Formats: sequence, structure tokens, C-alpha cells
Amino acid sequence: MTKGACRRDFMLTVEECAEIKEELIHSPTPRAACVDALKVVQRHRGWIDDEALGDVAELLGMSSAELDGVATFYNLIFRQPVGEHVILVCDSISCWLVGSESVLSALERRLGIKAGETTADGKFTLLLTVCLGHCDIAPVMMLDGEIIGNLTQEKIDDALKRALSSPVDAENVGEDE
Amino acid sequence: MIRVLTRNISRAPGAVWIDAYEANGGYDALKKAVSMAPDDVIKIVKDSRLRGRGGAGFPTGLKWSSVLPLEGSARPRYIACNFDEMEPGTFKDRFLVDGDPHQLVEGMIIAGWSCRADMGYIFIRDEYKITRQILKRAIAEAENKGLLGENILDSGWSYRIFVHASAGRYMAGEETGLINALEGRPAMPRSKPPYPGTSGLWGKPTVVNNVETLSCIPHIVQHGAEWFASLGKAKDAGTKIYGISGNVSRPGCWELPMGSTLHELLDLAGGMRDGFKFRAALPGGASTMFMDALQLDIPLDYDALKDAALMLGTGTAIIVDDRACPVGLLANLAMFYARESCGWCTPCREGLPWVEKLLRAIDDGDGRAGDIELLLDLIKNIGPNTYCALAAGASFPIESGIKMFKSDFEEHIAQGKCPYR
Ligand SMILES: Cc1cc2nc3c(=O)[nH]c(=O)nc-3n(C[C@H](O)[C@H](O)[C@H](O)COP(=O)(O)O)c2cc1C
Ligand code: SF4
Ligand code: FES
Repeated sequence: MTKGACRRDFMLTVEECAEIKEELIHSPTPRAACVDALKVVQRHRGWIDDEALGDVAELLGMSSAELDGVATFYNLIFRQPVGEHVILVCDSISCWLVGSESVLSALERRLGIKAGETTADGKFTLLLTVCLGHCDIAPVMMLDGEIIGNLTQEKIDDALKRALSSPVDAENVGEDE
Repeated sequence: MIRVLTRNISRAPGAVWIDAYEANGGYDALKKAVSMAPDDVIKIVKDSRLRGRGGAGFPTGLKWSSVLPLEGSARPRYIACNFDEMEPGTFKDRFLVDGDPHQLVEGMIIAGWSCRADMGYIFIRDEYKITRQILKRAIAEAENKGLLGENILDSGWSYRIFVHASAGRYMAGEETGLINALEGRPAMPRSKPPYPGTSGLWGKPTVVNNVETLSCIPHIVQHGAEWFASLGKAKDAGTKIYGISGNVSRPGCWELPMGSTLHELLDLAGGMRDGFKFRAALPGGASTMFMDALQLDIPLDYDALKDAALMLGTGTAIIVDDRACPVGLLANLAMFYARESCGWCTPCREGLPWVEKLLRAIDDGDGRAGDIELLLDLIKNIGPNTYCALAAGASFPIESGIKMFKSDFEEHIAQGKCPYR
């Protein structure tokens, strides 16, 4: 990763700015690219702090307040710090019917945290989410962007182990180009 | 078994790409369409009696013909494909596109031709990452073959399709919420009129259609309105991608004639899982009314369900078994709607959390006499007085559920605990 700031008064890196500008080329208006721009930052930093949000807003010609209104509206943009790996557990109806509550308690036990929290070592954040669109393989969770279904205790343990042994796959978490 | 929308869906290697698609007659419908006047294509779609598969069942031909005429219209004009699919219990659009992306792309190009659009957006939920990559490759394949892009098939007409990923919010699937989301705004609804066909994306004429709706289009154009209309078993036209989830042996999606029954669907899913009995179902995603075991033979189509005071919704059924606590189930549904409400209208913003709280209290054994009446009264006032259909969608399962499972509610309140725990 290019480490330097892309502007003297910016915290965003050269690389982040370049990726955001790339999004802008394909966008009919700067604002239409704002979610993609936020995703660029999130891919690099895990979440979006006030300073990064301010930089993105300036690049897009929006006010910070306007951009924050968008960022906080959408469930998958994080305005709070998250761990290295993010687990989203579906708690909607089809998963609930087939045992999402035991999936959640298994994860809470393994990680030693409650939903909404991050482990002390900063490795995992555990969040609840609405239907992931994979109700045919319920119960379902998403780990670092990967859908994992038909969850059992073994599958959960496997997934956690795999996450720990492999760096986050930016390819999967973020955009695909 | 009838296979129209699923005819190309197989595990064979390469089955999703353009060579296989074209070898099976793919893009013939587009060639036919661009040799016709756009209004004549719309007439076929109208005559086919195709109704929108996104949940509301609005006649597609009517939507297309009510778009502002090209003469004097602001440009560019847009087709927006609604691939948000965040309705709990719904996964049919992913099934269709993962298996046959070109069917959607072709449908979107024909929609573009018919409505004289300049650009198309596929608005897809962020969690469908693999699907998004499949779609992007399919679009590139179509562009390489001159089926998309500049001067399509020498017709003089140019049209491009872009894929835009959401960032997760149920309201982004609401027609005008989707338009706001595409513009980079919070997915709040817009007031209608003006309808998107007059003023949609960036104030330009825009048609919003569901993935399954658009996937029907090539077949209708290719085989004709009468053929499509005749596919339905009861009053409504075409086939339907039905789905099923919950404690059944094989959850999944199946294509059946429109108007098939939950009975048939349950059989295809291998019946209930061992140790579970059927108790009730939401026939079309979370935002529909509950049906019970006596209603399993009602044709699952718009009209027959409406006659029974039910709704088809998305056509993906959620099965409730005898071991699930109905009070907990309704509390779970209320939580979803309360969380996803955009907060614009007071009844939705304040009513839904209250309903959730009451349901949770009853589930936890803290229910009081009069709670059932209070809940029904609250719910009655949430649906009709709001800006968009989210609140009504919440009220359908909750109101019908409280009525259907009333004895469970009474038991919870009388015993001061959940009898299922
Ligand atoms: C809260 C809410 C969420 C919706 N989500 C979707 C969705 O994910 N996909 C969809 O096609 N329609 C969804 N709809 C319905 C759309 O508003 C709209 O009716 C539909 O996209 C029109 O396409 P169709 O006529 O082809 O069905 C939703 C409606 C509401 C109120
Ligand atoms: S009904 Fe609910 S979701 Fe729809 S606009 Fe009103 S507050 Fe928002
Ligand atoms: S309800 Fe969990 S994936 Fe749909």
C-alpha cells in the first residue's frame, strides 16, 4: 500500500484517492459515487472515521454532514471501529426458524463477546444483520464478505480458524475491479 | 416440468456464459425486438399480462407504456433493475441470475429498446458479490458481441448497462428509495406523483423493474403474448420462480406455472424436516399474510390469493413449523421492520418499535391482559397512514399472525411464560 497522504491536508492515502477518483470517472455525478468512495476507504481502513469522511466529502464536493447522512443510513458502512474480521449473523425470519439464535450464542461463546462487540485482541467484530438473501441455506452468516450457510458448530469453528490463518481478502470485501 | 426462466440453469461448465446462451436461442428475442417498433414490443408485453415480480404485481406493459413519450422528453432515460432482494425469506432473483445472467441482460436491453432508454442500472445488494461478478462478465460479453453499447445490432440505438452495488438497507429496494440510492442519497422514498416514468433518476424518465420481471421479457417477445399468458394455471400469466425456506427437507427455488399451490411446492421441497409439522406459511416473503394448513391448495397467484385476502408478494414462501413459537416469530418480524424503517413517517417510526416491544414482552412472559387488543389497534393504524409500503408490509404478517395464533398469545399471557421454551 502507498502510505503517503494524497494531499498535505488529507489523511487519505494516494492509493485511496486514486481509487476514489477511478470511481468518479464512471459516475454520472460525484454524489452518485459516494457509497463506492466510502467503500474504498472502508476496504483500506475497516471503518470510516470523521477525518476520512471529511476527506471523502471534500473530494466529492459534498458537505461532511450530507455524506454522514448517507454513511449512517446504510447498514454496511461502518462509522465505528471494527476488528480485523467482521462477522455478520443473519437474524431474520428464515434463519430464526432454523436456529440463528444458537448460531449467535455459539459465536458469542467462541469469541467471548456479545453481538455488537469486538474481541479484545481486535481480531473479530460480531454484528447482527437482516436477511442475507440466502435463506435456502439458513442459518447464514457473512464473514469478511463471504457467505457461509447451513451453519453448524463445526462450520463455525472452521470458518473462524480459516479467518485467523488467512489475511482478509480485499478482493472479496471490496469492489471487484 | 415446465422450464422457461430456468431452461438454461444447469451445473454444466460454461452454462452461464454467452456461447451457451446463444446456442440455446439466446438474444434471438433481442434481434426480433429491434426489428420492431418499440410500441409494438410494449403491446406484446401488455397482452402477455405479465405482472411485476418484485412484490406489488403491477402490470409491466402498463408501466412501460406510461413512460413519458420520447418526443420532448429529457434525456438520458433509464431502466433500473431492482436486484436489492432484501425482503426476508426471498432469494429467487439471485438463483435466476447466478444460473442465467444473460437472460436478465437481454431482458434489460429489450426493456431499454421498448421504453427508449439510453442507460440501464442494475442495483444489486452488496452481499451478492459473486453474482455481481457474474453479471459484470455477462455485460462485457454482450458488449463484445455488439448486443450492448453503441449502435446495437445496427439499429442506430445505443444503450449501456451498469452494475451498482448497494450498501445494505431494505428501503433501497423500494422503487423511489432505489432511485435515491442510485443518486447517492439515503434510500428515503419520494412522493408520487410524479411517477418515475415521468421523473425518476436525476429527474429523467425511469422504469424500475424486478429481476424476475425482466427475465420473463425475452421469452414473451420470442414466443408471443398468448403463449406466455397460457402458461399460468389459474388467472395470472406465465411461470413463477417459487421458493421455500424454513424447516423443510430441501429448501430452494422451483419454476412452476403461475397459480401452482403451496402443496405442490412443499412436495418438491421433500415435505417437512423430520420431527417438524407444518403449521402455517407466509407465501411470498415476510411482507405477506399468513396462510394455514387449510389454505394449501389455493393457487399462488395475484388474483386467487387476493380473493382469499392473501398476497403473492415475492412468491418465496416461509414455512412455520409446530416447534416455532408464533409470538417469538412475530417479534422477530417486527424487529426487522422497526430496524429498517427509514423514520420518515411517525406511525411507522414510532409504531413499529412499540409493536416489537409489546411482542417481546409477551414472549418473555410479561404480557398483560389487553395487550392483544392494543397490538391489533396499533397495527391497524400503522399501515394506511404512511408514505411507502414498508409499514403496510409490516402490518400484513403481524396483524394476520396475531389473529391466526391468538390462542398462543393468550397462553403466553395467562401462563406468564413462553410455553415453547
Ligand atoms: C420496503 C420495500 C422494499 C422493496 N424491495 C424490493 C426488492 O428488493 N426488489 C424488488 O424487485 N422490489 C422491491 N420492492 C417493490 C418495488 O417498490 C417495486 O414495486 C418493484 O421493484 C417494481 O418492479 P416490478 O413491477 O417488476 O415488480 C420493495 C418495496 C418496498 C416497499
Ligand atoms: S412507511 Fe416507514 S419506511 Fe416507508 S417512508 Fe414511512 S417511515 Fe419510511
Ligand atoms: S433470513 Fe437469513 S438469509 Fe434470509
